[in-house]
Amino acid sequence: MVDLPRHNANFCATHLQQLCVRQVQRAISDFSMFDDSARILVAVSGGKDSLALWDMLVELGYRADGLYIGLGIGEYSEESHRITSAFATERGLTLHTVDLRDEHGFDIPTAARATRRVPCSACGLSKRHIFDRETTRLGYDVLATGHNLDDEAAVLLGNTIRWDVDYLTRQYPVLEAGHGFPRKVKPLARLTEREMAAWCVIRGIDYVVEECPMAIGNRHSGYKETLNEMDERSPGTKASFYLGFLDRMAPLIRSTPASQGAPEACPSCGAPSSSSETPCAFCRLESTASAHEPVPVRMVLNRTARRAFDAQWGEE
Amino acid sequence: MIVRLRQPRREVEMAGGRAAYAVLHDLGLSREGHLIIRNGTLVPSDTMLEDGDVVEIRPVISGG
Repeated sequence: MVDLPRHNANFCATHLQQLCVRQVQRAISDFSMFDDSARILVAVSGGKDSLALWDMLVELGYRADGLYIGLGIGEYSEESHRITSAFATERGLTLHTVDLRDEHGFDIPTAARATRRVPCSACGLSKRHIFDRETTRLGYDVLATGHNLDDEAAVLLGNTIRWDVDYLTRQYPVLEAGHGFPRKVKPLARLTEREMAAWCVIRGIDYVVEECPMAIGNRHSGYKETLNEMDERSPGTKASFYLGFLDRMAPLIRSTPASQGAPEACPSCGAPSSSSETPCAFCRLESTASAHEPVPVRMVLNRTARRAFDAQWGEE
Repeated sequence: MIVRLRQPRREVEMAGGRAAYAVLHDLGLSREGHLIIRNGTLVPSDTMLEDGDVVEIRPVISGG
């Protein structure tokens, strides 16, 4: 049994699963994400959201395979890979794996240090590039990611605080294919983080509970905490903020596919890029990071994150 | 009762006879950001926790 204040009710295991499945079906249907025959590639990290999404899509009868990216974030990545591989093996599912260090000569801690980027920025850039490339290369119809309602509400809050109109016009549970990019969907957009964690507990799904050490204390987490504080005082605020945006604001401001840029091809890797003259952002990152000595995770953590990392994984 | 916390993993001993939401409050943790798992079973936050219970307070927020 779990309490879901936004629904003003407690849910038993059976009804929580019904709620989650219905919300995913509604998202798939309302946003025309894909049809029954689609070949779906699920971006899996070993965390609750991506494994729950994969579990639900398979349960609903969709043809869904997984893609895991080895980011080289020390023991955290090792545990993520072990858990994801075990999930796939136990269910007889197909899991594709790309290892950044093996295939591109760098890992995320090294990329962060070499480029002086925030680790989450280097990580996001690398994941987006590889997810797009592999979805197209392997011939899947759509890439599904485990972004949940909390993720999207936090992004919406950040975009709104900055009045980043460009990002606001593109914030939607479906990104259409175009300009060499695959179709991308977020079937968990109507479900909260807490509901996804409850799904995993009830279904006996082993997942990485600990936070990525490089994401501890980042701005995105801060937005989530702020929204959760508001939700504690007034349950449903977070869902109302995001789902209301989708329902009433997004239709007014959504950009058309034609206005979305990236019509050129990267001269180095051929991926969609803003220029055919200079390498894309990922190729530039790869070039700089792969020439740098490998950097241990601990070296790129702030003081708070390093304390948490040492307590969780032990000092390196 | 034994209360197991994450990030980092640790255990604290607390007196029973209190609702789970009160334990969360004492620890400065939000209900929306956590699940309560008592003796291996998911429970609502108005559940009374008793001496002898083993309670996991599992965070659900991920920052990626």
